[in-house]
Amino acid sequence: MAVETPASPRGIRLPWRRVMALKGASFTFPFFLGFLLFTVVPVVIALKESLYTEQGSGLGFGAKTVEFTGFDNFVRGFEDAKFWSAMGRVALFAAISIPLIQLTSLGMALLMDMARARTAGRFRIALLVPYMIPGIVATLIWIYIYSPVVGPLTPILGFFGIDVNFYSGEMIWVSIGNLMAWSAIGFNMLILYASLQSVPRELFDSARVDGASEWRMAWSIKVPLVRRSLVLTTVLSIIGSLQIFSDPMLFRSMTPETVTRDFTPIMAIYDWAFAQGDFNYAAALSIILALVVGIASAIFYRLTNKAPTS
Amino acid sequence: MTTTIDTASGPATPPAAPGGKPPVVRRRTEGGAVRHTGRTKVLVLVGLALFALYSLAPVWWLLVAATKGQRDLYTTNGLWFSEFHLWDNLRDLFTYQDGIFLKWMGNTLFYGFAGTIGMTVICVACGYGLAMYEFRGRGILMGCIIGSFLIPGALLTIPSFLLYTDLRLIDTPWAIIVPGFFNAFSVYLAKVYAEGAIPPELLEAARIDGAGEYHIFFQIGARLMSTGAATIFLLGFVGAWNNFFGPLVYLRSSEKWTVMLGLYSWLKVKVDSSVDLTGLVVVGSIVSLIPMVVLMISMQRYWRSGVTLGSLK
Repeated sequence: MAVETPASPRGIRLPWRRVMALKGASFTFPFFLGFLLFTVVPVVIALKESLYTEQGSGLGFGAKTVEFTGFDNFVRGFEDAKFWSAMGRVALFAAISIPLIQLTSLGMALLMDMARARTAGRFRIALLVPYMIPGIVATLIWIYIYSPVVGPLTPILGFFGIDVNFYSGEMIWVSIGNLMAWSAIGFNMLILYASLQSVPRELFDSARVDGASEWRMAWSIKVPLVRRSLVLTTVLSIIGSLQIFSDPMLFRSMTPETVTRDFTPIMAIYDWAFAQGDFNYAAALSIILALVVGIASAIFYRLTNKAPTS
Repeated sequence: MTTTIDTASGPATPPAAPGGKPPVVRRRTEGGAVRHTGRTKVLVLVGLALFALYSLAPVWWLLVAATKGQRDLYTTNGLWFSEFHLWDNLRDLFTYQDGIFLKWMGNTLFYGFAGTIGMTVICVACGYGLAMYEFRGRGILMGCIIGSFLIPGALLTIPSFLLYTDLRLIDTPWAIIVPGFFNAFSVYLAKVYAEGAIPPELLEAARIDGAGEYHIFFQIGARLMSTGAATIFLLGFVGAWNNFFGPLVYLRSSEKWTVMLGLYSWLKVKVDSSVDLTGLVVVGSIVSLIPMVVLMISMQRYWRSGVTLGSLK
């Protein structure tokens, strides 16, 4: 294939391979131009903005003095008790909700895999309905279901003598967690189920011949096989949970006393940027949050990869 | 290398295709090999049924609530119908504030289609380039794509806002549509798909016949990738329909809002004033689901393969 083109149109002799490589690379140009503008440039802006502090009135973009203050914003961020308590809230929530959601998804996927293919196919549609519901609508539905006035849940629980206020400080994370579980489990389950289905069936047949029970096979063969998918979905959930925003934001509309405006780290960042107008500090907080997300994902990845692989 | 090719061949033949009967499915239903005890079977079915109930009940509540008048919403059993007011509710929804809801629906569809079509074209081309050609810097580009998965969206929002302000994109549809074109995850999916769906020999053969690289892409590459492209389109559209943070931050005037932002603003009204828009939010939620459900059902096999595509990594 090392044929050289006799002469390229412009009269310069370029090796055919190089022209081809260049043309191949050109397929990626539009994407990487946009990627540069809409991903790389904002990251650079965030880094730069976080090093400056706006002095003076802070009204609008017109007459303001911006001074280079080095790491002042970061120092302030690391000492910001409210920001870190928001972070702690979300971290605790993630630490409890993610394992629960993952285990339930895995359990559902194993049940689906044990069921006959036709039964599984029927259930799959039902279990995926929550995935088809956009996040905001899902939150709206649950907000109303929790509501003591319109929701059916309070009277039903009341019938059994249980009195819960889903909007109260103690319950709010349970309420949000249930909502997130409802939206996430179906999709996670489908990913895990798909990777179970891609395992050659002969493996199970031979285990069965050796006398393994269905439960034994699920634990010793199937779970190790889907470990990679589990790790992937868990890392994505960690990244997602630490950035939780729209669900508490909607809950805030119902209970502004419980869900304060700096309830989660992103809500705090949003508040600093758009309610207080301090973009520099908000940028610094964004970077701190990004670091925390990155470290949390890396730690999780390291921990799970230390365990013997399948 | 072999692993990537193996994984990518998955989506081309999705497991458990709905109608067809691939040989894999015959497991366990065969007479002798079945070791399911009755108890296990019952446990499996009960578990699945309970979970199906959990998944469906909230949606059922929404459907029922949408048919009720404002007063019945508060006074009657949430899980069963009372007087049928659906048509009145719909009329209220579409006439409230001179039919702004319809405008929001139109906006969301427009942003969704414009953004996702552009994204699909750009990302499929990029994935094809990365999969089918060896060129200097390819490794770095792949590294950028994988690395960007880890960048939290939060990090980008504030500086993007400043950038769009400079570019005069704030409060224009472009702030929603154009940044959506450049989706790293879609590029990744497109690359994996291209590796599985396009045999390099075919491209070599076309080259020997004298076809140019761009000609090959449009005549062969793009066609072989059409299933993957449809998947990428669908997942992108779902993302665009769900987008909340972007419109909240970048759009000011209410006539440019998306449906989700509009519903949020109605939810907020309840706290701020004495007007009760609960009925509108409920029926609006249902209407906002319709385009999504239509698309999902009509493109079922694509998103199923999309899930498989994402899972096998």
